[in-house]
Amino acid sequence: MDLTTTYLGLQLKNPLVASASTFTKKTDQAKRLEEAGLSAIVMHSLFEEQIIHESLELDHFLSHGTETFAEALTYLPDIGTYSIGPDAYIEQLAEVKQAVSIPVIGSLNGVSTGGWIHFAKEMEQAGADALELNIYFVPVDLEITSSQLEDAYIKLVSDIRQQISIPIAVKLSPFFTALPHFANRLVEAGANGLVFFNRFYQPDFDLEELEVYPNIMLSTPYEMRLPLRWIALLYGRINTDFALTSGIHSAEDAIKAMMAGAKVAMMTSALLRNGIQTAAEILEDMRIWLEEHEYESIQQMQGSMSQQAVAEPSAFERANYMKVLSSFGDGREMPHTAISSRIIHRTLSSSADDDPFWSS
Amino acid sequence: MYDPALLKDAPETFKSTGARFRELPGQVLTIQVAPEDCTGCALCVEACPAKDKSQVGRKAINMTPQPALRESEAANWEFFLSLPEVDRTSIAFNSIKNSQLLEPLFEFSGACAGCGETPYLKLMSQLFGDRSIIANATGCSSIYGGNLPTTPWTMNSDGRGPAWANSLFEDNAEFGLGMRLCLDKQVEYARELLPHFSSEVGDTLVDALLTAPQKSETDIAAQRERVVTLKERLQGLSGNTRAQDLLSLADVLVRKGVWIVGGDGWAYDIGFGGLDHVLASGHNVNVLVLDTEVYSNTGGQSSKATPRAAVAKFAARGKDMKRKDLGLIAISYGYIYVARIAMGSSDVQTLNAFLEAEAYNGPSLIIAYSHCIAHGFNLRKGLEQQKLAVQAGYWPLYRYNPDRIAEGKPAFILDSKGPSISLDKYAYNETRYRMLLQSDEARAEMLMRAAQEDVYQQWEVYRRLAQTTTIGTATDPTGLAV
Ligand SMILES: Cc1cc2nc3c(=O)[nH]c(=O)nc-3n(C[C@H](O)[C@H](O)[C@H](O)COP(=O)(O)O)c2cc1C
Repeated sequence: MDLTTTYLGLQLKNPLVASASTFTKKTDQAKRLEEAGLSAIVMHSLFEEQIIHESLELDHFLSHGTETFAEALTYLPDIGTYSIGPDAYIEQLAEVKQAVSIPVIGSLNGVSTGGWIHFAKEMEQAGADALELNIYFVPVDLEITSSQLEDAYIKLVSDIRQQISIPIAVKLSPFFTALPHFANRLVEAGANGLVFFNRFYQPDFDLEELEVYPNIMLSTPYEMRLPLRWIALLYGRINTDFALTSGIHSAEDAIKAMMAGAKVAMMTSALLRNGIQTAAEILEDMRIWLEEHEYESIQQMQGSMSQQAVAEPSAFERANYMKVLSSFGDGREMPHTAISSRIIHRTLSSSADDDPFWSS
Repeated sequence: MYDPALLKDAPETFKSTGARFRELPGQVLTIQVAPEDCTGCALCVEACPAKDKSQVGRKAINMTPQPALRESEAANWEFFLSLPEVDRTSIAFNSIKNSQLLEPLFEFSGACAGCGETPYLKLMSQLFGDRSIIANATGCSSIYGGNLPTTPWTMNSDGRGPAWANSLFEDNAEFGLGMRLCLDKQVEYARELLPHFSSEVGDTLVDALLTAPQKSETDIAAQRERVVTLKERLQGLSGNTRAQDLLSLADVLVRKGVWIVGGDGWAYDIGFGGLDHVLASGHNVNVLVLDTEVYSNTGGQSSKATPRAAVAKFAARGKDMKRKDLGLIAISYGYIYVARIAMGSSDVQTLNAFLEAEAYNGPSLIIAYSHCIAHGFNLRKGLEQQKLAVQAGYWPLYRYNPDRIAEGKPAFILDSKGPSISLDKYAYNETRYRMLLQSDEARAEMLMRAAQEDVYQQWEVYRRLAQTTTIGTATDPTGLAV
């Protein structure tokens, strides 16, 4: 059974990849990822804040209060050299790369273009086979428009593109108004792959303490539906490699990702919950499923259930409530795409009165 | 807490609210900041549990720039000082809420903003300050406790407050024991003299003075009044040298406590031999160890209280030995009251430990977790960090009370639950641990694993102790005893 796939120009022995997680902080865990059969590893992220903040913080606490008493000029010994944030990260990446024979993808997490992006270059020099750029930004400023924000993302991708020659994948959140257009721009700016989607840890409220606290929960299989849909929609229309992340917990999930058009299915939660060895079981299940269903290879099924390949393309565009609306009433059937384009037409035109759909 | 009628002279911006104390109805309550002395550590704001129902970020007390409030709040502070203190005999102070009505006799120290030690001293001064003698080892507490020409140790309107003196690192426990022995001798002599003056001062007074229980605040107030009467009656006997002796000693007839205070550098290291000797002597002294796990005052040198995996001077690669369990050493005697406390985790347990230690008629040892500038984190989160230390099982809270043995109960009470978070969740909030991770990650991880193991082992020992009824009265395992 041929499980091989390609992703970002890399030849992979199978489509199961470890997404960015804490595993790679320990080299022996990274080795275990390889032993379990995963075909590539995305490193945990180096965060923009970490690069700037950690050195300032360490300096602050090493010198804080040292002016207060004549008897104590410092409160902690000066060890001399510290490998904080970026240095330690680059060292760890090099170590993981040495320890495993599968491709290792560096991960850079930030949003502003600036001095910190030269770490992309350092990752390349440390041996990263590709770079995953996790652009994470919660736009809370009332003055920032969506086009300004998108422009900033594009600028960041093209700036990094100019710095390095290894492939770049962009890991995105699903929260874009016009995702297809934006995704296409990212590819034009130099992204070789798109990773759908980043999961956000939504804060929760503690009702007793009246505090907001970060609530980190592992994913559930249901969460793969959103990236599944968008990969299926964009496969074949944007010339890039898709990776599906969020909610891959079983062989069936990974197979669905392939059929939608992903080159790889990424996993973290399942490995954290059930152990790294789960990956081997999932791979074995995939092999069995392919055999039972008489597939010859993974590549054969990639994109086989994308929007362009299925019998009823509108299934991907239909929003739940439309089905409910059309299931009663006068029975007039109207393709969903026609309705949605009319709605947009109406919104963009000055008056609804001259729209035949709304005035009928 | 005071009579609302007093508010008629209050400045306009003076704040008060109805006090909710069942014992003293109809009173109002004010918590007032001294705007010109506040160091801005924000611990009070962090500790305050009362949040605004429609804006939870606002508490009953909030940090705000001082200049705009300085004058009005200074006037409020002046007025606040003019209000009467709560009568110590009017309320039982075995709850946190009530204990905080007591006047602190330790105020405006020269400690770092956010110091983890001073809250314990303030509490101690509130509870027993008007009848305490303190022997203070050299260290932070002797510096901020005696930043001459001023001192944070103060007295109440009756002129009573702690008597405080500082001795050396190497002999502070002995210094305190000396105070105890002198006091005991003075009490002995005063009690010996008293019966000789039965006819002059009256049988009933002498009898009452000799047999007063002096357990509660009311008992102590009553004894103080008897001493006043005694002194008045002795005044007339100016020619009598023994009467003069008794007059000069009369005050010792009111029960006093001796507190021996110092840091871990003193208690675990340099003063340990003496401390051990004094505790073993069985004399009624109370030892308070303000444990910052390093020599704080001299700049963070490692002590035997420094935990594994932490960086300190003389342990710059991270200490690779367990910290000494001073409490367990003291417990092994069987007749020493021992408590391990952390105010940020349980203020109630802290209060109980102080009350029990003082009430115990023998040596007591309180080991108090004290967050410190030398730990390298924002001290505003000091109480939170104490909570994490306890949750990680790193700093279990317990009380070992020998008095319970006679009652047939386990002397060792575990006041906190087993580890519920991993040690690194607590430790890596602090630069003393984190800097090793940033300079030698492999070693940091190795030490953190070992330190985590220490936590589990320690918990197992304590858990078993808590199931043992007594130490020292176990049954004969050989079956040979007659
Ligand atoms: C503990 C943990 C750490 C993670 N760290 C990173 C990270 O450093 N960078 C990143 O881009 N994503 C990170 N992720 C997100 C995962 O890479 C992944 O996209 C997400 O968990 C959804 O996939 P899953 O359903 O397989 O878990 C992390 C997730 C977890 C649970």
